[in-house]
Amino acid sequence: MADPKTLYQAEPADARIVEPLDMMTLIYQQRSGITHMVGEPVPQMLEAIGCDVVDAATLAARLAASFDLGGQDDAAALIAERLEELAELGLVERIADA
Amino acid sequence: MHEFRVQVGPAAFRIGSAWSAPLEQMAELYRDYPKPDFTDFTVRLEPTGWLRRWLRPSVAIGGDYMLPDAAPLPLAQGLLAAEMAMNLQMALGWRRHLLLHASAVERDGLVLVMTGQSGSGKSTLSALLGSRGWRFLGDEFVLLDPANGGVAPFPRLISLKNEAIGAMQAAQPDARFGPLLAGTPKGDIRHMVPPSDAIAQMAQGGTPALLLFPRYGYSGAVREVAPGETFMRLTQASTNYVALGEAGFTTLTRFVKSVPSRAIDYQSGEEAIALVEKLWERLA
Repeated sequence: MADPKTLYQAEPADARIVEPLDMMTLIYQQRSGITHMVGEPVPQMLEAIGCDVVDAATLAARLAASFDLGGQDDAAALIAERLEELAELGLVERIADA
Repeated sequence: MHEFRVQVGPAAFRIGSAWSAPLEQMAELYRDYPKPDFTDFTVRLEPTGWLRRWLRPSVAIGGDYMLPDAAPLPLAQGLLAAEMAMNLQMALGWRRHLLLHASAVERDGLVLVMTGQSGSGKSTLSALLGSRGWRFLGDEFVLLDPANGGVAPFPRLISLKNEAIGAMQAAQPDARFGPLLAGTPKGDIRHMVPPSDAIAQMAQGGTPALLLFPRYGYSGAVREVAPGETFMRLTQASTNYVALGEAGFTTLTRFVKSVPSRAIDYQSGEEAIALVEKLWERLA
């Protein structure tokens, strides 16, 4: 179970190349040389994080401005899980609690 | 050590051998190819043990790039060993292009690329098209130029396997063939010299215009392949995608976004050629 208080940060947008292709988006990460093949909502999440330090609730609020996320509480829990997955892939970094 | 040099497209090879026979076969089959002064890769065919040079000789492959567990081949298959070693150097060592395990033919400056697993018929199809108004560019590797996305020809000897040998001998009785290599790890193999225009124009590339995933043995069908699936399949078909890093990524995404892609099923060479011509016509 992901901790909703955990803070995450993404690399600057110029550290990766994003190429949308039909049902997936390719993300080439320059630091690792890894090509990630991802679907929604990964590209939208990375864009919404930008260069900021965010927790799941903050990110859910940002995404809710552009997308219909249903119930806000459920959304934050789901986003927390997705953030953990992105951290496992190396697309975001967990950072120490502020 | 006997030595033979050959230039195939942008790559120059030096092949050294403890025996003269495989190199004499290569010299004959590659007689119309340029002989380079400087070489990119060195390949060596060596006895597996010092006595083995005379006693039931078998060939071990050495070179700049090697697979430690490559099984030795009998001397009668020395030509195959040399061809496999040249492929290995390209697959593991080439960095100037993104390599796709694929065949290619060209017409009017535009290139048809065909990729698929062993047995898909990509090699035979490229050889057949090479005798039907297309220029043969290669049956093993397609070289994509990271600078401009173009295809550089790599018209090595065409490696025909099993039924394809008889089919090509019937289709092109005037072509030059190497010795029949029976009972290799891939079955019977016979090398065919590409058409003369393929060799004469091997420095001249083209722009990729259509990608096909042929599949032999299924009733005729054409299916559109989405860019995402194409990208995934081509990363698997590339031997140096990871090694090239960002250049590999940008070259492959450019290819996938600009080149339409179709999967075709077919049961005979004639059927495949008709399908190819129809798809090509629609592009025009």
